[in-house]
Amino acid sequence: MADVTGEPRARHDAESTRNGPVFLPTTDIYENKDALYLSLELPGVDPDSLGVTLEKRVLTVCGHAGGDAPHGYSLSHAEYRSGHYERSFTLSDAIDGDRIEAAFTDGVLRLKLPKSQPAPAKTIQVRAAG
Amino acid sequence: MVRHGPGADLWGEPLATLRRIQDEINRAFGDQRWTPSAAEFPPVNVWRGPDGVIITAEIPGVKLDAVDLTVHQNTLTLKGSRSPEAFGAETSWHRRERSYGPFSRVIELPYAVDPDKVKASARNGVLIIELPRPEADRPHKISITASS
Repeated sequence: MADVTGEPRARHDAESTRNGPVFLPTTDIYENKDALYLSLELPGVDPDSLGVTLEKRVLTVCGHAGGDAPHGYSLSHAEYRSGHYERSFTLSDAIDGDRIEAAFTDGVLRLKLPKSQPAPAKTIQVRAAG
Repeated sequence: MVRHGPGADLWGEPLATLRRIQDEINRAFGDQRWTPSAAEFPPVNVWRGPDGVIITAEIPGVKLDAVDLTVHQNTLTLKGSRSPEAFGAETSWHRRERSYGPFSRVIELPYAVDPDKVKASARNGVLIIELPRPEADRPHKISITASS
C-alpha cells in the first residue's frame, strides 16, 4: 500500500485480516548527524517472521510472536499475550535504503538508517527577457 | 460474529467454545499487549503440566547471564537490570518508550522446588524457567487389589 500523503499509516483505519491482536512494539528512536537509530522490543518474535520494509519514507516493522507454549503444558496465569507486532514510522530525513543495518538480539531489533547525502544545491539561472 | 444456533452442540467440540471465549477476551482487551495483572516487570506467564511448572518472562534486551535467579523452597526470585543503549554524543531523541534500570520479582510456586533441578534458558528475549515438581510431591498411583 503506497503512502502518498506522507502521513503515518494509521493502524486502526483498517481491520487486520488475521485473527488475533496486533501490538505496537515499544520503541526508542534517536539520531545523530549521520544516521537514525531505532530499537524495538519484540520479545518472543521468531527471527524468520521479522519483516522490515522501507517504502518511500515509511518504515514498517512487523513480526510474529507465539511459539513459546511448552508442549504438554497449559497456561494457568497470563500477564502477556502472543500475537503480531506491527509499527510504521514516517521518516523526515532522506535515508540511504541500501545501507540500512538491522540486527535482532535478545528480542530487540536494532536498526541503523544512514542518512543519504544531500544533493548539492543547484542554482538556476534566470534570464531576464528583453 | 458467528452466532451459534439453538441446536448447537455444546459438548461436541469444546475447543470451539474455548476459541470463542479467547476471541471475546481478545476483543475485550483490544490490542493491549499486557493483561491488567502485569503491573511488574518482567511480565510472566505461568504454565502447568504433569512434570511441574514452567514460567516464561519477557525480558527484551536482557542477556540470560545478566539475570539472577534464586529459588528458596517455594519462592522464586528473579533479578536483573536493563541497561540503556550506548549512544554517542550529539544525539537527539525522537522517542524514549523503553524503560531501563534494575528489576526484581518474587513469584510464589505451588510447591517447594529443588534448586539443582531448575533449568533456565532464553530465546528471543523470553526467559524460560523450568521448575520440575519434586518426586515426593508427585501424585502416586495407588494400586487397588480386588479381594476375592
